[in-house]
Amino acid sequence: MAVTSALGRSETGTTRVSAALWRRGWARAVLTLSPPLLWFLVVYFASLVAMLITALWSVNPFTNNLVHSWTFSNFREIFTGTYLTIIGRTLGMAAIVTVTDAVLALPFAYFMTRVASPRTRKLLFTLVVLPLWASYLARVYAWIVILQNGGTLNWTFQHLGLGSPNIGYSNVAMWIVFSYIWLPFMILPVYGALERIPDSYIEASGDLGARNLRTLFRVVLPLAFPGVVAGSIFTFSLTLGDFITPLLIGGSSSNFIGNVIYSNIGLANNLPFAAALAFVPIVIMIIYLTIARFLGAFEAF
Amino acid sequence: MESRLTRVILRVWVVGVLLFLFIPIATIVLFAFSKSNILIWPIHAFSTKWFPIAWHDAQVRTALWLSIKAALFATAISLVLGSAAAFGVHRFRFFGRETISLLLVLPLALPGIITGIALKSAFNFAGITLSLYTIVIGHATFCIVVVYNNVLARLRRVSASLTEASMDLGANGWQTFRLVLLPTLSTALISGALLAFALSFDEVIVTTFTAGAQNTLPLWVFGSIRLGQQLPEVNVVVTFVLLVTAIPVAVAARLTGARGLTRSSAGTVREAAPEEPSAA
Repeated sequence: MAVTSALGRSETGTTRVSAALWRRGWARAVLTLSPPLLWFLVVYFASLVAMLITALWSVNPFTNNLVHSWTFSNFREIFTGTYLTIIGRTLGMAAIVTVTDAVLALPFAYFMTRVASPRTRKLLFTLVVLPLWASYLARVYAWIVILQNGGTLNWTFQHLGLGSPNIGYSNVAMWIVFSYIWLPFMILPVYGALERIPDSYIEASGDLGARNLRTLFRVVLPLAFPGVVAGSIFTFSLTLGDFITPLLIGGSSSNFIGNVIYSNIGLANNLPFAAALAFVPIVIMIIYLTIARFLGAFEAF
Repeated sequence: MESRLTRVILRVWVVGVLLFLFIPIATIVLFAFSKSNILIWPIHAFSTKWFPIAWHDAQVRTALWLSIKAALFATAISLVLGSAAAFGVHRFRFFGRETISLLLVLPLALPGIITGIALKSAFNFAGITLSLYTIVIGHATFCIVVVYNNVLARLRRVSASLTEASMDLGANGWQTFRLVLLPTLSTALISGALLAFALSFDEVIVTTFTAGAQNTLPLWVFGSIRLGQQLPEVNVVVTFVLLVTAIPVAVAARLTGARGLTRSSAGTVREAAPEEPSAA
């Protein structure tokens, strides 16, 4: 028999279910959380497991078919000279890009928090966020047009009487493009960290006799550091696995982790080795995140 | 405390960084209007002739249509799963809450190539042929966090008394959801959906490994650049993609404030994040 509620409507099965769910918070949490978590479990983590299994297989060099028997040969091959050089080169690039972005971002974010008016601040925030979403491929491609021999940069330098830099298709070009692409990822957390420094800290530092530079190095920068680390997670991690920039911007000899993985899928058709190599950025990032956590990056997000 | 000189230097720095951020984008848009069929600077003559040529290119059309379909499906899935995750995390305190935020952001924070190779291995493992649906699965996986961040940020700003009042007045859970919660969440949902669409529409790294023989628009662009073919059309298409990805961001910034656009969990993990002044 239907029970009539205060509003005069009869309570149906669905209302009773929804009321029961409302009272039991945990039931609702389970109900709402399980679909997305199931997706992540089934799609993302199962795929990572499949990648691990695939990495332990090999490819028959004659038939190009997958050989489903366990072997560590792919991982052993990674630890040979060629691949260690590639990993080292990629790590070096990721580190230089991260430092470049931190250097570019710190004064920018400092200006946003301590000099800009609220209106300018909001405008700058939007101007930083916009390139973050604007087509990644378009922004990489733009640099081909700028850096190639007949491009904008050479033309500008020639007209300024500075000669042609000719840096298209080189590691320098990649350094510029990576720094460019990931810069917003650095500015935002650094801004977040600086924004949370109370004015009183800086006043106190001044009252205690510290000059501006001393305040900058002893108060502002240490407090901005977790923000830099948080930003570096993105700049570092995304540089590690990118293959578009090495392929489009890099020279013919610039092998990085990303494009080596890519070429193992395409030309070489060696999925097991590509899978094994994909674990390199994962392992590096696990180490990196552990250090970042230690340095307080997660509070800065 | 900043001296006059410091302020001047900072100002110059900021202008320099902004030029660095926007000159490449402006350059590529300019080239879309170049009449020439080679990419040589300076541009000698301007024309819009490449726009209709790109628009009528059958390959571009097929790729565009595939990209739209993939982005729509991925957006739909991430809307459902992302807001469900946000509801669960918001309403219920439990051990490992922060871990869920971290988990959801992983596909965006880790290099896309990992997601790509992992999915390719899994599809290969399960004998699934690459198709529109495998593209969608990949895209949805990294789009979920975008909706999640937006909805969670909004939920944290909605006062709990609002839903309690609704319940006190006799509305049941579903009615409260439909009549109270959904209207307050609508702009967050819209901006989350727009951003997820933008992210999916432009994605190339994961898609490289989850698309079969067919091209999405970014895959077509990537392929053309590599082969150095049809570059005038590439200029046009790339400008179009820039627009498609920038417009949702502008709209989302208006709807929810620019803070929802940080891609990491910035502004959502911190409960007491100061409110971004609403766009005037």
